[in-house]
Amino acid sequence: MQRHLISAADLTRDDAVLILDTAEEMSRVADRPIKKLPTLRGRTVVNLFFEDSTRTRISFEAAEKRLSADVINFSAKGSSVSKGESLKDTAQTLEAMGVDAVVIRHGASGAPYRLANSGWIDAAVINAGDGTHQHPTQALLDAFTLRRRLVGRDAGLGQDLSGKRITVVGDVLHSRVARSNVDLLHTLGAEVTLVAPPTLVPVGVESWPCAVSYDLDSTLPKCDAVMMLRVQRERMNAAFFPTEREYSRRYGLDGDRMARLPEHAIVMHPGPMVRGMEITAEVADSGRCTAVEQVANGVSIRMAVLYLLLGGNEPAVTHSRTEEK
Amino acid sequence: MSKILIRGAKVLGGEPQDVLIDGETIAEVGTGLSAEGAEVVEAGGKVLLPGLVDLHTHLREPGREDSETVLTGTRAAASGGYTAVFAMANTFPVADTAGVVEQVWRLGREHGYCDVQPIGAVTVGLEGRKLAELGAMHESAAGVTVFSDDGKCVDDAVIMRRALEYVKAFDGVVAQHAQEPRLTEGAQMNEGVVSAELGLGGWPAVAEESIIARDVLLADHVGSRVHICHLSTAGSVEIVRWAKSRGIRVTAEVTPHHLLLTDELVRTYNPVYKVNPPLRTERDVTALREALADGTIDIVATDHAPHPHEDKDCEWAAAAMGMVGLETALSVVQETMVDTGLLDWAGVADRMSVKPARIGQATGHGRPVSAGEPANLTLVDTAYRGPVDPAGFASRSRNTPYEGRELPGRVTHTWLRGKATLVDGKLT
Repeated sequence: MQRHLISAADLTRDDAVLILDTAEEMSRVADRPIKKLPTLRGRTVVNLFFEDSTRTRISFEAAEKRLSADVINFSAKGSSVSKGESLKDTAQTLEAMGVDAVVIRHGASGAPYRLANSGWIDAAVINAGDGTHQHPTQALLDAFTLRRRLVGRDAGLGQDLSGKRITVVGDVLHSRVARSNVDLLHTLGAEVTLVAPPTLVPVGVESWPCAVSYDLDSTLPKCDAVMMLRVQRERMNAAFFPTEREYSRRYGLDGDRMARLPEHAIVMHPGPMVRGMEITAEVADSGRCTAVEQVANGVSIRMAVLYLLLGGNEPAVTHSRTEEK
Repeated sequence: MSKILIRGAKVLGGEPQDVLIDGETIAEVGTGLSAEGAEVVEAGGKVLLPGLVDLHTHLREPGREDSETVLTGTRAAASGGYTAVFAMANTFPVADTAGVVEQVWRLGREHGYCDVQPIGAVTVGLEGRKLAELGAMHESAAGVTVFSDDGKCVDDAVIMRRALEYVKAFDGVVAQHAQEPRLTEGAQMNEGVVSAELGLGGWPAVAEESIIARDVLLADHVGSRVHICHLSTAGSVEIVRWAKSRGIRVTAEVTPHHLLLTDELVRTYNPVYKVNPPLRTERDVTALREALADGTIDIVATDHAPHPHEDKDCEWAAAAMGMVGLETALSVVQETMVDTGLLDWAGVADRMSVKPARIGQATGHGRPVSAGEPANLTLVDTAYRGPVDPAGFASRSRNTPYEGRELPGRVTHTWLRGKATLVDGKLT
């Protein structure tokens, strides 16, 4: 494993499988009466959030606390950042307080990369979503969910997603989730197809390791999972598509469309869902939709990532740490 | 006035000759010239060129003296072998009145490192709505002939047309920063394979090309000449080539960085590579080099854009656009054009001195190295090769994309009207 987690593209197949296997171990902790491990006792993790994100922040915080880390939450709103302090000064200030890892969410693509590679700080950096670039723990939790559902909880250990066909639908252009998933799912051997109106596919997509289609209906019967991306309403004003209704009709997943999926296929959504836009309530609430499960899996994945980046070589679950280095 | 004998210099890269400067003028060019009464500079086979002329420099004064001043900028120019620079209008206040352009022009004269020819804004406040007093700036002591809203595009077709027409009265030229604003909202880098991966807002080539296409047609329609700033794409080259073949009076510049660097460098997210127009692809670089060699692109201009450290020591999206260039331009041109066999030194003199002086009507610059001409000269050690060290820059800013990169060539001497501004690589 590397020292930082910046991009899903940085992970080898073996790295990724190790994270997924470790997350399976971690998920067992959630089934215990006391959902806590002493692994990161005495280590401090800061959640440095420059962008509002309750879901991801809470998920990281839950993961950190289950590993017994000391947690500092930093939100840019109302902080010195809003008074013009730079990312560099903010990060150095936090590190001066003895932080071992920085979980960063930032609106600017590449901000976590800069934090990890500019010599500003020594702490491990975990990307919790940067601009329209990457959101690697989201891709990992999606891969985890896919492996559990399509390969099996126990049968999946040590396995990747070879041969699985995954369709990602929606605003690919602005989506860090789509970028991370294309990279990671490809690394894990899956075949990824992106489906979107041509306006929401980036120029340059031809170099990505995936297929692109503009037609959802013809893609659905040939996939093992379909991942719906949120379409933000503000895109409407920038002429990416004519109306919400037209988008919904052409690219939204409703009950009829879901029926075109093979029997075993699942429906995924990274949340927050815009019901009635990219997904109908009928689909969102059906047994095939894994949105809630993904949230639970997110905590396990983030525990695994924190453990592997910070916990060193000791076993995660069986051994309790008594002494810090 | 004193005499200087430059002994054994390869004038424009030719056979070694001696050049005798007497006062402000070149007195004699030949072999075995007498050194009597003259200070001797042993050129030892270095290449002697007419002093370089930069049609596109940001000196930042007035307003952003924390990044550059006329003094530090002209010292950087002299270090890089320049004897004249054209100072862009996007200062604070904007150089859109006779008062501001005269101030900049006078500061250049007082410091004496290099002639400073201010460029006037095309529109008031660079806002693209109302023509600035172009005639007043032309008639001022600064004698402005080049007008540009550089940093912003004159995107309104009617304003651009009127500007092109209006400056005909005094043979001025409008230098266009070609960037269709709607197509580049939120743009952070070249739109293509790399931007798709990095998730940075794309600056598509078509945003430059569509404006160039419009402007050459406008220039043709009203019979004016137009100059294209920092042309950066293969498609722009095609349009300019077509326009020239039709006899349209268009000239174009390319920056050194667009001749050498590509958008692959943006993968580091290091804002030192953030510039406008953005670094493009290998295919564009190749097309730009060929176009500069065949004359489709007329000149090299630096777009020297100093920024303080903090404006680059941050995340990509928050960083300022631009790179310093005066002190590395000739080295980059040697690397990309001379050492590749695309241009000889006479060609370099043409693209970096003769033509820019002609486009900007910089009297006394870009002249032949021969008797009777003004002694604006630069001496280059073309055999040198070494890493770029920004700590040694004369510019107040250090935002170079070449730090640590090995480049050929080093300017050792610069003379402005016979007065040495740079001797043995040191400013006087």
